[in-house]
Amino acid sequence: MNQNAKVKELKVDTTAASAGPMNGADIFIESLKKENVEVMFGYPGGAVLPLYDALYKNPIRHILARHEQGAIHAAEGYARVSGKPGVVLATSGPGATNLVTGITDAMMDSLPLVVFTGQVATGVIGTDAFQEADVIGITMPITKHNYQVRDMNDLPRIVHEAFHIATTGRPGPVLIDIPKDIAGMIGEPEFVTEVDLPGYQPNFKPNSLQVKKLRGALAQAKKPVILAGAGVLHAKASKELLQFVEKMQIPVVNTLLGLGGFPANHPLFLGMGGMHGTNTANKALYETDLLINIGARFDDRLTGNLAHFAPSATVAHIDIDPAEIGKNVETHIPIVADARAALKKIMSLDFEAPKADEWRAKLQQDKVENPLWNTEDGEGISPQLLMKMIHEITEGDAIVTTDVGQHQMWTAQYYGFNKPDQWVTSGGLGTMGFGFPSAIGAQIAKPDKTVVAIAGDAGFQMTLQELGLVAELKLPVKIIVYNNMALGMVRQWQETFYEERYSQSLIPVQPDFVKLADSYGIRGYKVSTEEEAEKVLRETLTDNEPVLIDCRIKPKEMVYPMIAPGKGLHEMIGVKPQ
Amino acid sequence: MKRIVTATVFNQSGVLNRITGLFTRRQFNIESITVGATETEGVSKMTFVVHVEDARMVEQVLKQLNKQIDVLKVNDITDQAIVTRELALLKVMTTPQTRAEINVIIEPFRATIIDVAKDSVTIQVVGNFEKIEAMIELLRPYGIKEVARTGQTAIKRGSQRLVSESKPFSILN
Repeated sequence: MNQNAKVKELKVDTTAASAGPMNGADIFIESLKKENVEVMFGYPGGAVLPLYDALYKNPIRHILARHEQGAIHAAEGYARVSGKPGVVLATSGPGATNLVTGITDAMMDSLPLVVFTGQVATGVIGTDAFQEADVIGITMPITKHNYQVRDMNDLPRIVHEAFHIATTGRPGPVLIDIPKDIAGMIGEPEFVTEVDLPGYQPNFKPNSLQVKKLRGALAQAKKPVILAGAGVLHAKASKELLQFVEKMQIPVVNTLLGLGGFPANHPLFLGMGGMHGTNTANKALYETDLLINIGARFDDRLTGNLAHFAPSATVAHIDIDPAEIGKNVETHIPIVADARAALKKIMSLDFEAPKADEWRAKLQQDKVENPLWNTEDGEGISPQLLMKMIHEITEGDAIVTTDVGQHQMWTAQYYGFNKPDQWVTSGGLGTMGFGFPSAIGAQIAKPDKTVVAIAGDAGFQMTLQELGLVAELKLPVKIIVYNNMALGMVRQWQETFYEERYSQSLIPVQPDFVKLADSYGIRGYKVSTEEEAEKVLRETLTDNEPVLIDCRIKPKEMVYPMIAPGKGLHEMIGVKPQ
Repeated sequence: MKRIVTATVFNQSGVLNRITGLFTRRQFNIESITVGATETEGVSKMTFVVHVEDARMVEQVLKQLNKQIDVLKVNDITDQAIVTRELALLKVMTTPQTRAEINVIIEPFRATIIDVAKDSVTIQVVGNFEKIEAMIELLRPYGIKEVARTGQTAIKRGSQRLVSESKPFSILN
């Protein structure tokens, strides 16, 4: 039996069939055009030469990164801010394995990607041929689904299915492995216009019974709180969330990835929850009697010790992915649905607002008593003040990207995201080197927006080769390096939990970032005081040119407040200045 | 707790790898796994016997299996009216004196001798897990040289008793 055979007859686009015989590579390009792909990110190599040749003859905009990892992170940034799938093309073997970090990152953070990898010719698969790697085997656990094309006639169907799977339900990366000889075969395949995937039927509409249960729970709740995750952003449900919150007057906590799904300047916003969340957000999650999770997955960085997470709450969970419901936290009201569909359904019914005046007052008081704080003494720029400056100068309207670590947490705490889809960060996988290339992808998706890449000095050095791409495309990306000459978060943990044994976390030698930028023809600045920083930021953040600013921040500044690993939400440390 | 889970899957290349990989990475313990063709061409059925800690873990096993694109249907059939069968082949040491005894022992199990050698016999037995375990225990004193088992496969009985107990969650609400 054919490996990829399907039984059902599918609708076919007949306009393309009249084009006559084509080779596999042309079919690949034609299939991408049918999916309205405007841009792809990639890097050529031996096994994809036929595909690149077809691209040369029949262009789709291709962004040539300087490393495959840069290409895929750019595609992730593109996908996050545009809502469209990011398309990646890389060669077999090392090209494909260089994508692994990005694919995993997209899987963890539910970003829609369609990744194409070349493969050695079908006749030599399994013989350890030159640049052969078992990409299907390697990427099986890190993709939503993957395919190897064994018959050229299946290519249009597989591409169409891949885009469907990547972008519907809970989004995620889908990989298609194309052997070199398949790209060269001539044929006249049919371009299908529908999918037949009986094993993949994501549920969008909420179950009425469960929605009624939520209504009952809301009417009784005295201490309700909403936890809004990235599901709100993927479902484009921020407007509905705001309406629901304003009608019901329920305080809102965002997850790291959910920031922007609810306006940070709203009086009912309590901040981010979790390990470096605000005291008020974590207090609310700890004391609540009705927790409504909308599109968040109860990640361990959010919940802390599960034994102390919302211990007395009725838990309602709205999620498009049924496997997330009940995975980490026992759920009483499961609602498998798209966040927007669920909120619309809820708003269409007559819900009674909970009587929670006392609760809201208590949380407001906590917000006033325990705000985020920062040290004011010491050498160097305060990273928190720096972020406030960036917010002020960009009027809170920039797209901001980060890696993982201290600079990420300061951005999450202080930038204040008031609108959806302007926040790009590596949450689940926590990938260093993600921020800068993802900013490139975001800038390509939104050429008119100010895009600010916040990077640590260590993370930036992992993917800084993409400066070449910024220079080549003259992208006005603003790169702000939070430079503390260290792996800041590792250093912080070593100071806190390993008696200041700074094992391999201090980086004494680094490039002169100003000269580095200059070598690519990009403006570079080094700033060491808050006055200098403000001057340079005001000069450079609002114009239409790329810039790299090496900001010397206080090297020993810590991210506070904090929940130590293994501790519960109520055990925050560093809530007040020491 | 031991659960019997069945999954019908598209017979695509790598589907077994997908499923076993999933079990490994989510730390679900499999006792046995069987795969075979079904009445529909291109569709296979897998039967897993899994060991899980609690009901929530079973729920996760089912949901994670269901998330796979090539998986059509997943069922935990442990609490339903089902028939489970496994085939085992046992090579048992014999002497002229014990051969008749072994014949008597295996007879109630409706097992058959399918190969005879000078100093051993190979016995084929079909039955549920407990039956096979019981027969192995009885034959152990004679010296078992080798055991090969297929693992359990299962099917729901034609008529089901009414199930009144409803679970706290299910796959779709």
